[in-house]
Amino acid sequence: MAVGTQYLAEQPKLRTSSLVLGAIAIAAMLAAPFFFYPVMLMSVLCFALFACAFNLLIGYVGLLSFGHAAFFGGAAYFTAHAAKVWGWDPLAAILLGVAGAAVMGLIIGFVAIRRQGIYFAMITLALSQMFAFICLQAPFTHGEDGIQGVPRGYLLGFIDLNQPLTMYYVTLAIFLFGFFAIWRIVNSPFGNILKAIRENEKRAVSLGYRVDRYKLGAFVMSAALAGMAGGTKAIVFQFATLTDVQWQMSGEVILMTLLGGIGTMVGPIVGAGLVIALQNYLAASDFPVTVLIGIIFVICVLLFRRGIVGEILELMRRKGKSAS
Amino acid sequence: MSTIFGVPTPALYGQILIGLINGSFYAMLSLGLAVIFGLLRVINFAHGAQYMLGAFAAYLLLSYLGIGYWLALILAPLIVGAIAVVIEKTMLSRLYGVDPLYGLLLTFGLALILEGAFRYWFGAAGKPYAPPEQLTGAINLGFMFMPIYRGWVVIASLVVCIGTWLLIEKTRLGAYLRAATENATLVQAFGVNVPLLLTLTYGLGAALAALAGVLAAPIYQVSPLMGSNLIIIVFAVVVVGGMGSILGAIVTGYMLGVLEGLTKVFYPEASSIVIFVIMAIVLLVRPAGLFGREE
Repeated sequence: MAVGTQYLAEQPKLRTSSLVLGAIAIAAMLAAPFFFYPVMLMSVLCFALFACAFNLLIGYVGLLSFGHAAFFGGAAYFTAHAAKVWGWDPLAAILLGVAGAAVMGLIIGFVAIRRQGIYFAMITLALSQMFAFICLQAPFTHGEDGIQGVPRGYLLGFIDLNQPLTMYYVTLAIFLFGFFAIWRIVNSPFGNILKAIRENEKRAVSLGYRVDRYKLGAFVMSAALAGMAGGTKAIVFQFATLTDVQWQMSGEVILMTLLGGIGTMVGPIVGAGLVIALQNYLAASDFPVTVLIGIIFVICVLLFRRGIVGEILELMRRKGKSAS
Repeated sequence: MSTIFGVPTPALYGQILIGLINGSFYAMLSLGLAVIFGLLRVINFAHGAQYMLGAFAAYLLLSYLGIGYWLALILAPLIVGAIAVVIEKTMLSRLYGVDPLYGLLLTFGLALILEGAFRYWFGAAGKPYAPPEQLTGAINLGFMFMPIYRGWVVIASLVVCIGTWLLIEKTRLGAYLRAATENATLVQAFGVNVPLLLTLTYGLGAALAALAGVLAAPIYQVSPLMGSNLIIIVFAVVVVGGMGSILGAIVTGYMLGVLEGLTKVFYPEASSIVIFVIMAIVLLVRPAGLFGREE
């Protein structure tokens, strides 16, 4: 059984109930900075977008990329460099990050889609590690120090991003844009073919689809969206370092998605929120975060592979079945 | 001083030796990964952590119980193998029916727990571990001086690799193992205890990693993160060699180690990425790997 297969019950169409829920969620996100620390919220938004982008690949094509940190961290470097050294507008800098991540996705994806399943995971991991080594040595990344002191600047020349609240709403807008893009991709004819490939690749080939092209297309989109998250993070936190390109980061985004629910639209957001909250909470104590992340991994894999949101959806589905 | 392609020969031989040593570890680790994957269909991400555990077992045996290198060479693999058996029995065995990716994620989580815990207890800094007295010093090979311990590592790893290969290819146990790799249900129907075989295989793979860890302890320092960076390179080695063949894993390990050493001589900037570049090229030319077969 492929990862994510259990959610074949297709994504709900745009119904009134989900529209209402969406509206409530957006309202909550608009009000959130008045109740929570904006920096933490922005961190959650960046990672949530990153996890959603990752989920596009694992949840809807069934490809586990163990190298998504390369796109996230790579875009952070590109954006940081453009904003700091070239003095670009923050939006243009983020777009450069997205474009850079897409190109990297094209290169890495082209090599990696030659193998499936577990090999795909190992190959993406190895290639992203290669990119991390390049980042360590390349002059523009400044090695261990990373790019520090990236200016947030003025969006489109007049919106001052140094105001925390403004920065938050811009981040939220980027997140919603990315989320909507993923929703559109998943619910398009293209997305349906991706799901067909996930379910039965050979059959998709026999139906005449050029499976490799679809996979590569999905990979590039996922990389570009991960890059959007990484570029935004570089502007929000004003730095780009090696942490973002290393394999631990790839592991973290896998955890967020797994914990929230692989192949669900909102699962990765829930997962990202929980993991970030946990990290912030533990930062004060001396309990090692890595150990806890490892424990959550083990518990998720052994006890609830559908993730939190996935389990809830499954519960609702069963209830609906027994009622009818 | 004699030179080859403008490189002084002692430097060249030195790097080839370092390459051979790295290659020894690549070979031993990718061998264990291939054995585990062959039967369990699990990529053991904890392999690097088990290698680290082996090195730490040797270090702790010495510092707390005064047990030296030679005994550690036997005890550490047994200890780590026993831990692996418990892991297989309690956790991995629950995942045999589901997508193999979950096995990867589980062992990834275990690796994080082990590394995080050891870093918490012992700090990130490396701990020195002295080679045994019998293996200190260096010998003159005529064209270069070789530290005896390094020569020992290369020979020991060759013996371990060939021994494992013989165990799998030439013994009855190995025959069961290969048969179960082909068709586990059928082998079970013939009355072979396949679940036990799976447990033993995982234990054996982990013990191999631990043995490599003990051998590595005097060369690289004993540190909690010594396995995690190595394991990614070993993954690349495994992709290059192809998972299907035990011999392929061994040969590819040594080959890539030496190639990495040579890169250090001729183009040092690329030495940390050369194995990944080769992996990419092999994937483009021969996606199943050098010794693999299409599945």
